[in-house]
Amino acid sequence: MSQLVSAASVLSAGLAVGIGAVGSGVGQGNAASRAVEGIARQPEAEGKIRGTLILSFAFMESLTIYGLVVALALLFANPFVS
Amino acid sequence: MSLTNFIPQGNLFSTLSAVEVGAHLYWQIGDFRLHGQVLIVSWFVLFVICAFTLITTAQLETFPFQSRQNLAEYVFEFIQDLTKTQIEEDYEEWVGFIGAVFLFVFVSNWSGALLPWKVIELPEGELGAPTNDINTTAALALLTSICYFYAGLKKKGLSYFGRYLEPTPILLPINILEDFTKPLSLSFRLFGNILADELVVGVLVLLVPLVVPIPMMILGLFTSAIQALVFATLAGVYIGESLEGH
Repeated sequence: MSQLVSAASVLSAGLAVGIGAVGSGVGQGNAASRAVEGIARQPEAEGKIRGTLILSFAFMESLTIYGLVVALALLFANPFVS
Repeated sequence: MSLTNFIPQGNLFSTLSAVEVGAHLYWQIGDFRLHGQVLIVSWFVLFVICAFTLITTAQLETFPFQSRQNLAEYVFEFIQDLTKTQIEEDYEEWVGFIGAVFLFVFVSNWSGALLPWKVIELPEGELGAPTNDINTTAALALLTSICYFYAGLKKKGLSYFGRYLEPTPILLPINILEDFTKPLSLSFRLFGNILADELVVGVLVLLVPLVVPIPMMILGLFTSAIQALVFATLAGVYIGESLEGH
């Protein structure tokens, strides 16, 4: 039984990061493309745009990191494996 | 179950950087089991911050010619600016808290990434950034929660709780839930980012010990600094949110 649980944990740890990365990847791509557009229109606002972009990247990336935390909990601190 | 089981032992480089997760140096005090390695590095970080402050402000001058006072003023103005953009009114009161959180997170992230802690041998576990332990980040996040409750209650009294009914009373459960998700997301974000950095660098060093991990280490330094900024900014946002009047 515990082997089944281990196998399912490893599989779902992979899925948690993999599927979680899709959404934030799309979001970061969107944000970056808009930021490039903004810089092309107003090159003098580059510093401000870059700051905001990096800050919002951190937020988007943290969504994937939540998946990573779940994956790490499954791998190293699994509550279902005694 | 630990990751080291999957990696062949006896490799020269696996002795240089073992990937250890969940191994701690336990200290037993009364009924509490403390993670010793986190406390040691936290004290070191506090010592560094205190020493920096004392050295740079030892001789204050109106027109500083010494670069160290300039450095201290630059750091202070950065933190003050960060607080002012998030908390518009009465921000002076919160510069201390936001600054303390920012400096602690920043210095502990970078001390974990820059200093060769592996030189110091521990009986169990290894020294690293204090923020790669979920307890540290959870404590910081809970402090933030206490602070924004304190800020709101002090300014508005019990009518502070009226904000749970805004914009409509239908959103009451979500507004209450938000008070729990705020510290949760704060602590998980910081913990996950720092641990992910250390794991990526550790795994890369195991696979290719030379040159290849360096870009990842630099990226890790960058992310650590950004995460400290994000943590401080979000603490400011939450405090400012509970202070703004309706």
